Amino acid sequence: MERTAAAATIRSAAVTATRRTTLRRVNELAITVIGHDRPGIVADVAGVLADLGMNLTDSTMTRLRGHFAMTLICTGEVPEETVEAALLPLAADGSLLATVRQVRPEADGPAPGTPYVVSLHGADRLGIVAAVTRVLARAGGNITDLTTRLVGPLYTLVAEVDLPPGTGAAVTAELAATAAELGVEVTVRPGEMDLL
Amino acid sequence: MKLAGVVRPVGTAPDVVLSRPGAPVDPAEPAIVALAADLLATMRAAPGCVGLAAPQLGVGVRVFVVDVTGHPRATTVHGAFVLCNAEVAEASRWRVGREGCTSVPDLTGDVKRAGRVTVTGQLPGSGEPVTMTTDGFEARALQHEIDHCAGRLFLDRVAGAHAVHPRKVYR
Repeated sequence: MERTAAAATIRSAAVTATRRTTLRRVNELAITVIGHDRPGIVADVAGVLADLGMNLTDSTMTRLRGHFAMTLICTGEVPEETVEAALLPLAADGSLLATVRQVRPEADGPAPGTPYVVSLHGADRLGIVAAVTRVLARAGGNITDLTTRLVGPLYTLVAEVDLPPGTGAAVTAELAATAAELGVEVTVRPGEMDLL
Repeated sequence: MKLAGVVRPVGTAPDVVLSRPGAPVDPAEPAIVALAADLLATMRAAPGCVGLAAPQLGVGVRVFVVDVTGHPRATTVHGAFVLCNAEVAEASRWRVGREGCTSVPDLTGDVKRAGRVTVTGQLPGSGEPVTMTTDGFEARALQHEIDHCAGRLFLDRVAGAHAVHPRKVYR
Protein backbone atom coordinates (compact mmCIF):
# COMPACT_ATOMS: atom_id res chain seq x y z
CA MET A 1 0.00 0.00 0.00
CA GLU A 2 1.22 3.45 -0.78
CA ARG A 3 1.48 5.59 2.28
CA THR A 4 3.54 8.55 3.15
CA ALA A 5 6.36 7.87 5.58
CA ALA A 6 4.88 10.35 8.04
CA ALA A 7 1.46 8.71 7.96
CA ALA A 8 3.07 5.30 8.37
CA THR A 9 5.02 6.51 11.38
CA ILE A 10 1.93 8.02 12.96
CA ARG A 11 -0.11 4.92 12.27
CA SER A 12 2.63 2.62 13.53
CA ALA A 13 2.93 4.67 16.72
CA ALA A 14 -0.84 4.62 17.12
CA VAL A 15 -0.99 0.86 16.64
CA THR A 16 1.76 0.33 19.21
CA ALA A 17 -0.05 2.57 21.69
CA THR A 18 -3.33 0.75 21.03
CA ARG A 19 -1.71 -2.64 21.57
CA ARG A 20 -0.23 -1.50 24.85
CA THR A 21 -3.45 -0.12 26.25
CA THR A 22 -6.50 -1.93 24.91
CA LEU A 23 -5.09 -4.85 22.85
CA ARG A 24 -7.61 -4.20 20.10
CA ARG A 25 -7.92 -7.09 17.73
CA VAL A 26 -6.35 -6.97 14.26
CA ASN A 27 -8.36 -9.07 11.83
CA GLU A 28 -6.81 -10.85 8.87
CA LEU A 29 -9.44 -11.25 6.18
CA ALA A 30 -9.35 -13.34 2.99
CA ILE A 31 -11.42 -11.77 0.20
CA THR A 32 -12.30 -13.16 -3.20
CA VAL A 33 -14.01 -11.19 -5.94
CA ILE A 34 -14.95 -12.94 -9.16
CA GLY A 35 -17.26 -12.05 -11.99
CA HIS A 36 -17.84 -10.11 -15.19
CA ASP A 37 -14.74 -8.13 -16.09
CA ARG A 38 -15.00 -4.38 -16.50
CA PRO A 39 -12.60 -1.47 -16.00
CA GLY A 40 -12.55 -0.23 -12.40
CA ILE A 41 -13.20 -3.37 -10.34
CA VAL A 42 -9.83 -3.21 -8.59
CA ALA A 43 -10.19 0.51 -7.92
CA ASP A 44 -13.68 -0.04 -6.48
CA VAL A 45 -12.70 -2.94 -4.20
CA ALA A 46 -9.44 -1.30 -3.09
CA GLY A 47 -11.33 1.96 -2.47
CA VAL A 48 -13.85 0.24 -0.19
CA LEU A 49 -11.01 -1.35 1.80
CA ALA A 50 -9.01 1.88 2.04
CA ASP A 51 -12.08 3.81 3.22
CA LEU A 52 -12.59 1.23 5.98
CA GLY A 53 -8.93 1.53 7.04
CA MET A 54 -8.20 -2.04 5.95
CA ASN A 55 -4.66 -2.56 4.66
CA LEU A 56 -4.61 -4.55 1.41
CA THR A 57 -1.51 -6.75 1.80
CA ASP A 58 -0.88 -9.69 -0.54
CA SER A 59 -3.12 -10.05 -3.57
CA THR A 60 -3.29 -11.63 -6.97
CA MET A 61 -5.66 -10.69 -9.72
CA THR A 62 -6.10 -12.02 -13.21
CA ARG A 63 -8.64 -12.94 -15.84
CA LEU A 64 -9.77 -16.53 -15.98
CA ARG A 65 -11.59 -17.31 -19.19
CA GLY A 66 -12.82 -13.73 -19.33
CA HIS A 67 -13.97 -13.67 -15.71
CA PHE A 68 -12.20 -11.21 -13.49
CA ALA A 69 -10.74 -13.02 -10.45
CA MET A 70 -9.19 -11.39 -7.41
CA THR A 71 -7.92 -13.02 -4.23
CA LEU A 72 -6.46 -10.92 -1.49
CA ILE A 73 -5.57 -10.70 2.16
CA CYS A 74 -6.23 -7.53 4.10
CA THR A 75 -5.65 -6.62 7.72
CA GLY A 76 -7.22 -4.11 10.05
CA GLU A 77 -9.58 -3.71 12.94
CA VAL A 78 -12.80 -3.88 10.93
CA PRO A 79 -14.73 -7.15 11.35
CA GLU A 80 -15.64 -9.53 8.53
CA GLU A 81 -19.32 -8.56 8.48
CA THR A 82 -18.60 -4.86 8.05
CA VAL A 83 -16.27 -5.46 5.10
CA GLU A 84 -18.76 -7.85 3.50
CA ALA A 85 -21.54 -5.26 3.86
CA ALA A 86 -19.34 -2.53 2.40
CA LEU A 87 -18.57 -4.70 -0.65
CA LEU A 88 -22.23 -5.61 -1.14
CA PRO A 89 -23.11 -2.63 -3.41
CA LEU A 90 -20.39 -3.76 -5.84
CA ALA A 91 -22.06 -7.15 -6.14
CA ALA A 92 -25.62 -5.82 -6.11
CA ASP A 93 -26.22 -6.08 -9.85
CA GLY A 94 -25.17 -9.73 -9.84
CA SER A 95 -22.12 -9.23 -12.06
CA LEU A 96 -19.63 -9.79 -9.22
CA LEU A 97 -19.45 -12.27 -6.39
CA ALA A 98 -17.50 -11.14 -3.33
CA THR A 99 -16.71 -13.30 -0.30
CA VAL A 100 -15.02 -12.25 2.92
CA ARG A 101 -13.72 -14.71 5.50
CA GLN A 102 -11.59 -14.19 8.56
CA VAL A 103 -8.41 -16.27 8.50
CA ARG A 104 -5.77 -16.96 11.08
CA PRO A 105 -2.39 -15.41 10.35
CA GLU A 106 -0.15 -18.12 8.91
CA ALA A 107 3.30 -18.78 10.24
CA ASP A 108 6.06 -19.42 7.71
CA GLY A 109 5.57 -22.74 5.97
CA PRO A 110 7.81 -25.76 6.30
CA ALA A 111 11.37 -25.57 4.98
CA PRO A 112 11.06 -25.54 1.19
CA GLY A 113 12.66 -28.27 -0.88
CA THR A 114 14.39 -27.93 -4.23
CA PRO A 115 12.49 -25.66 -6.65
CA TYR A 116 11.37 -26.95 -10.05
CA VAL A 117 9.20 -25.58 -12.83
CA VAL A 118 6.86 -28.07 -14.48
CA SER A 119 5.39 -27.03 -17.83
CA LEU A 120 2.90 -29.06 -19.79
CA HIS A 121 0.97 -28.60 -23.01
CA GLY A 122 -1.17 -30.73 -25.25
CA ALA A 123 -4.67 -31.59 -26.34
CA ASP A 124 -7.25 -30.93 -23.65
CA ARG A 125 -8.74 -33.89 -21.85
CA LEU A 126 -10.32 -34.54 -18.49
CA GLY A 127 -8.05 -35.02 -15.48
CA ILE A 128 -4.73 -33.51 -16.55
CA VAL A 129 -4.34 -31.34 -13.44
CA ALA A 130 -5.51 -34.14 -11.17
CA ALA A 131 -3.03 -36.64 -12.61
CA VAL A 132 -0.03 -34.30 -12.65
CA THR A 133 -0.56 -32.82 -9.20
CA ARG A 134 -1.15 -36.32 -7.76
CA VAL A 135 2.33 -37.31 -8.91
CA LEU A 136 3.77 -34.21 -7.24
CA ALA A 137 1.79 -34.76 -4.04
CA ARG A 138 2.83 -38.41 -3.76
CA ALA A 139 6.46 -37.30 -3.92
CA GLY A 140 5.89 -34.81 -1.10
CA GLY A 141 6.12 -31.89 -3.51
CA ASN A 142 4.62 -28.57 -2.46
CA ILE A 143 3.08 -26.51 -5.28
CA THR A 144 3.76 -22.82 -4.69
CA ASP A 145 2.29 -21.44 -7.90
CA LEU A 146 0.21 -22.96 -10.67
CA THR A 147 -1.55 -21.59 -13.75
CA THR A 148 -3.60 -23.42 -16.36
CA ARG A 149 -5.09 -22.06 -19.58
CA LEU A 150 -7.39 -23.65 -22.11
CA VAL A 151 -7.39 -21.98 -25.52
CA GLY A 152 -9.31 -23.81 -28.19
CA PRO A 153 -8.12 -27.42 -28.09
CA LEU A 154 -4.79 -26.50 -26.45
CA TYR A 155 -4.32 -27.03 -22.72
CA THR A 156 -1.34 -25.56 -20.86
CA LEU A 157 -0.18 -25.93 -17.27
CA VAL A 158 2.78 -24.31 -15.54
CA ALA A 159 3.53 -25.22 -11.92
CA GLU A 160 6.24 -24.16 -9.55
CA VAL A 161 6.88 -26.90 -7.04
CA ASP A 162 9.28 -27.52 -4.18
CA LEU A 163 10.38 -31.16 -4.22
CA PRO A 164 12.09 -32.96 -1.34
CA PRO A 165 15.85 -32.93 -1.97
CA GLY A 166 17.03 -35.78 -4.18
CA THR A 167 13.63 -36.65 -5.66
CA GLY A 168 13.89 -34.54 -8.84
CA ALA A 169 14.96 -37.31 -11.21
CA ALA A 170 12.36 -39.81 -9.96
CA VAL A 171 9.54 -37.25 -10.13
CA THR A 172 10.63 -36.19 -13.62
CA ALA A 173 10.47 -39.82 -14.79
CA GLU A 174 7.07 -40.37 -13.21
CA LEU A 175 5.70 -37.14 -14.74
CA ALA A 176 7.00 -38.24 -18.16
CA ALA A 177 5.14 -41.54 -17.80
CA THR A 178 1.96 -39.77 -16.71
CA ALA A 179 2.26 -37.29 -19.58
CA ALA A 180 2.66 -40.16 -22.05
CA GLU A 181 -0.54 -41.76 -20.73
CA LEU A 182 -2.34 -38.41 -21.09
CA GLY A 183 -0.85 -37.78 -24.55
CA VAL A 184 0.64 -34.41 -23.52
CA GLU A 185 4.16 -32.96 -23.40
CA VAL A 186 5.78 -32.24 -20.06
CA THR A 187 9.08 -30.54 -19.21
CA VAL A 188 10.64 -30.35 -15.75
CA ARG A 189 13.51 -27.96 -15.12
CA PRO A 190 15.21 -26.55 -12.02
CA GLY A 191 13.75 -23.28 -10.77
CA GLU A 192 16.95 -21.30 -10.71
CA MET A 193 17.42 -18.03 -8.87
CA ASP A 194 20.44 -15.73 -9.02
CA LEU A 195 21.08 -13.94 -5.75
CA LEU A 196 22.91 -10.72 -6.58
CA MET B 1 43.32 -2.35 -3.06
CA LYS B 2 45.45 -1.85 0.04
CA LEU B 3 42.99 -0.01 2.25
CA ALA B 4 41.22 -2.18 4.84
CA GLY B 5 37.51 -1.60 4.48
CA VAL B 6 34.87 -1.52 7.17
CA VAL B 7 31.88 -3.87 7.12
CA ARG B 8 28.80 -1.65 7.02
CA PRO B 9 25.11 -2.47 7.38
CA VAL B 10 23.26 -3.15 4.11
CA GLY B 11 20.09 -1.13 3.67
CA THR B 12 16.84 -2.61 2.47
CA ALA B 13 13.88 -1.31 0.46
CA PRO B 14 11.99 0.95 0.95
CA ASP B 15 15.06 3.00 1.95
CA VAL B 16 14.80 6.03 -0.34
CA VAL B 17 18.53 6.06 -1.14
CA LEU B 18 17.96 2.81 -3.07
CA SER B 19 15.49 4.57 -5.37
CA ARG B 20 17.45 7.74 -6.16
CA PRO B 21 19.99 7.95 -9.01
CA GLY B 22 23.51 7.92 -7.59
CA ALA B 23 25.79 10.89 -8.24
CA PRO B 24 28.86 10.53 -10.47
CA VAL B 25 32.08 10.41 -8.46
CA ASP B 26 35.70 11.45 -8.72
CA PRO B 27 37.40 8.03 -8.48
CA ALA B 28 40.58 9.61 -7.08
CA GLU B 29 38.84 11.17 -4.09
CA PRO B 30 40.01 9.52 -0.82
CA ALA B 31 36.39 9.15 0.39
CA ILE B 32 35.57 7.14 -2.75
CA VAL B 33 38.64 4.93 -2.31
CA ALA B 34 37.55 4.30 1.30
CA LEU B 35 33.99 3.57 0.13
CA ALA B 36 35.34 1.06 -2.40
CA ALA B 37 37.18 -0.72 0.41
CA ASP B 38 34.03 -0.75 2.55
CA LEU B 39 32.00 -2.22 -0.33
CA LEU B 40 34.57 -4.97 -0.77
CA ALA B 41 34.73 -5.72 2.97
CA THR B 42 30.94 -5.75 3.33
CA MET B 43 30.53 -8.04 0.29
CA ARG B 44 33.15 -10.40 1.67
CA ALA B 45 31.41 -10.52 5.05
CA ALA B 46 28.09 -11.72 3.55
CA PRO B 47 28.15 -15.37 2.51
CA GLY B 48 27.10 -15.84 -1.12
CA CYS B 49 27.14 -12.10 -1.85
CA VAL B 50 28.50 -11.51 -5.36
CA GLY B 51 28.03 -7.77 -5.63
CA LEU B 52 27.19 -4.64 -3.72
CA ALA B 53 26.54 -1.03 -4.75
CA ALA B 54 27.12 2.18 -2.77
CA PRO B 55 23.39 3.00 -2.42
CA GLN B 56 23.01 -0.31 -0.53
CA LEU B 57 25.38 1.14 2.09
CA GLY B 58 23.29 4.30 2.18
CA VAL B 59 25.61 6.32 -0.08
CA GLY B 60 23.96 7.67 -3.21
CA VAL B 61 26.92 7.50 -5.60
CA ARG B 62 27.86 5.43 -8.62
CA VAL B 63 30.33 2.93 -7.19
CA PHE B 64 29.92 -0.84 -6.93
CA VAL B 65 31.85 -4.03 -6.35
CA VAL B 66 31.36 -7.40 -8.08
CA ASP B 67 33.03 -10.75 -7.49
CA VAL B 68 31.47 -13.89 -8.96
CA THR B 69 34.58 -16.02 -8.36
CA GLY B 70 33.62 -19.59 -7.57
CA HIS B 71 29.92 -19.14 -8.31
CA PRO B 72 28.55 -22.34 -9.88
CA ARG B 73 26.69 -20.48 -12.66
CA ALA B 74 29.50 -18.09 -13.55
CA THR B 75 31.07 -18.59 -16.98
CA THR B 76 33.35 -15.60 -17.51
CA VAL B 77 34.98 -14.43 -14.26
CA HIS B 78 36.99 -11.20 -13.82
CA GLY B 79 37.58 -11.69 -10.08
CA ALA B 80 36.86 -8.96 -7.56
CA PHE B 81 36.72 -5.41 -8.91
CA VAL B 82 35.26 -2.04 -8.02
CA LEU B 83 33.98 0.27 -10.74
CA CYS B 84 33.07 3.95 -10.56
CA ASN B 85 30.64 5.71 -12.92
CA ALA B 86 30.04 2.49 -14.83
CA GLU B 87 27.73 2.27 -17.81
CA VAL B 88 26.55 -0.49 -20.10
CA ALA B 89 28.03 0.29 -23.52
CA GLU B 90 26.74 -2.76 -25.40
CA ALA B 91 24.18 -5.40 -24.51
CA SER B 92 22.93 -8.49 -26.33
CA ARG B 93 21.58 -12.03 -25.83
CA TRP B 94 18.63 -10.95 -23.72
CA ARG B 95 16.97 -13.53 -21.55
CA VAL B 96 14.61 -13.58 -18.58
CA GLY B 97 15.96 -14.99 -15.33
CA ARG B 98 14.86 -14.93 -11.72
CA GLU B 99 16.99 -12.84 -9.41
CA GLY B 100 17.10 -11.82 -5.78
CA CYS B 101 18.77 -8.92 -4.00
CA THR B 102 20.25 -8.44 -0.54
CA SER B 103 18.32 -5.17 -0.30
CA VAL B 104 14.97 -6.83 -1.10
CA PRO B 105 15.39 -9.86 1.13
CA ASP B 106 11.86 -11.31 0.95
CA LEU B 107 11.15 -11.23 -2.79
CA THR B 108 12.54 -12.45 -6.08
CA GLY B 109 11.65 -11.27 -9.57
CA ASP B 110 11.79 -12.43 -13.17
CA VAL B 111 13.93 -9.86 -14.97
CA LYS B 112 15.15 -9.65 -18.56
CA ARG B 113 18.90 -9.02 -18.68
CA ALA B 114 21.53 -9.11 -21.39
CA GLY B 115 23.50 -12.36 -21.42
CA ARG B 116 26.48 -10.49 -22.84
CA VAL B 117 27.52 -6.94 -21.99
CA THR B 118 30.36 -4.51 -22.48
CA VAL B 119 30.70 -2.17 -19.53
CA THR B 120 32.81 0.95 -19.21
CA GLY B 121 33.88 2.55 -15.93
CA GLN B 122 36.81 3.78 -13.89
CA LEU B 123 38.91 2.15 -11.21
CA PRO B 124 38.86 3.79 -7.78
CA GLY B 125 42.14 5.50 -6.84
CA SER B 126 43.84 5.71 -10.23
CA GLY B 127 40.67 6.62 -12.13
CA GLU B 128 41.99 4.43 -14.92
CA PRO B 129 39.27 3.83 -17.54
CA VAL B 130 38.19 0.22 -17.90
CA THR B 131 36.23 -1.55 -20.62
CA MET B 132 35.06 -5.03 -19.72
CA THR B 133 33.14 -7.58 -21.77
CA THR B 134 31.52 -10.50 -19.99
CA ASP B 135 28.58 -12.88 -20.17
CA GLY B 136 26.18 -15.04 -18.21
CA PHE B 137 26.06 -14.67 -14.45
CA GLU B 138 28.74 -11.97 -14.26
CA ALA B 139 26.90 -9.94 -16.94
CA ARG B 140 23.68 -10.18 -14.91
CA ALA B 141 25.50 -9.16 -11.72
CA LEU B 142 27.03 -6.11 -13.45
CA GLN B 143 23.66 -4.96 -14.80
CA HIS B 144 22.08 -5.45 -11.36
CA GLU B 145 24.77 -3.30 -9.67
CA ILE B 146 24.75 -0.62 -12.39
CA ASP B 147 20.98 -0.46 -11.86
CA HIS B 148 21.54 0.08 -8.11
CA CYS B 149 23.82 3.01 -8.95
CA ALA B 150 21.02 4.47 -11.10
CA GLY B 151 18.50 4.09 -8.26
CA ARG B 152 16.80 1.08 -9.80
CA LEU B 153 15.91 -2.22 -8.13
CA PHE B 154 15.01 -5.45 -9.92
CA LEU B 155 11.44 -4.57 -8.91
CA ASP B 156 11.58 -1.72 -11.45
CA ARG B 157 12.28 -4.20 -14.25
CA VAL B 158 10.10 -7.23 -13.52
CA ALA B 159 8.67 -8.94 -16.56
CA GLY B 160 4.98 -8.80 -15.56
CA ALA B 161 2.34 -8.76 -12.85
CA HIS B 162 3.07 -12.39 -11.97
CA ALA B 163 6.86 -11.99 -12.01
CA VAL B 164 7.39 -11.08 -8.34
CA HIS B 165 7.56 -14.01 -5.96
CA PRO B 166 8.05 -14.57 -2.26
CA ARG B 167 11.67 -15.48 -1.65
CA LYS B 168 12.12 -18.98 -0.29
CA VAL B 169 14.73 -19.40 2.37
CA TYR B 170 16.64 -22.58 1.73
CA ARG B 171 18.13 -24.13 4.80
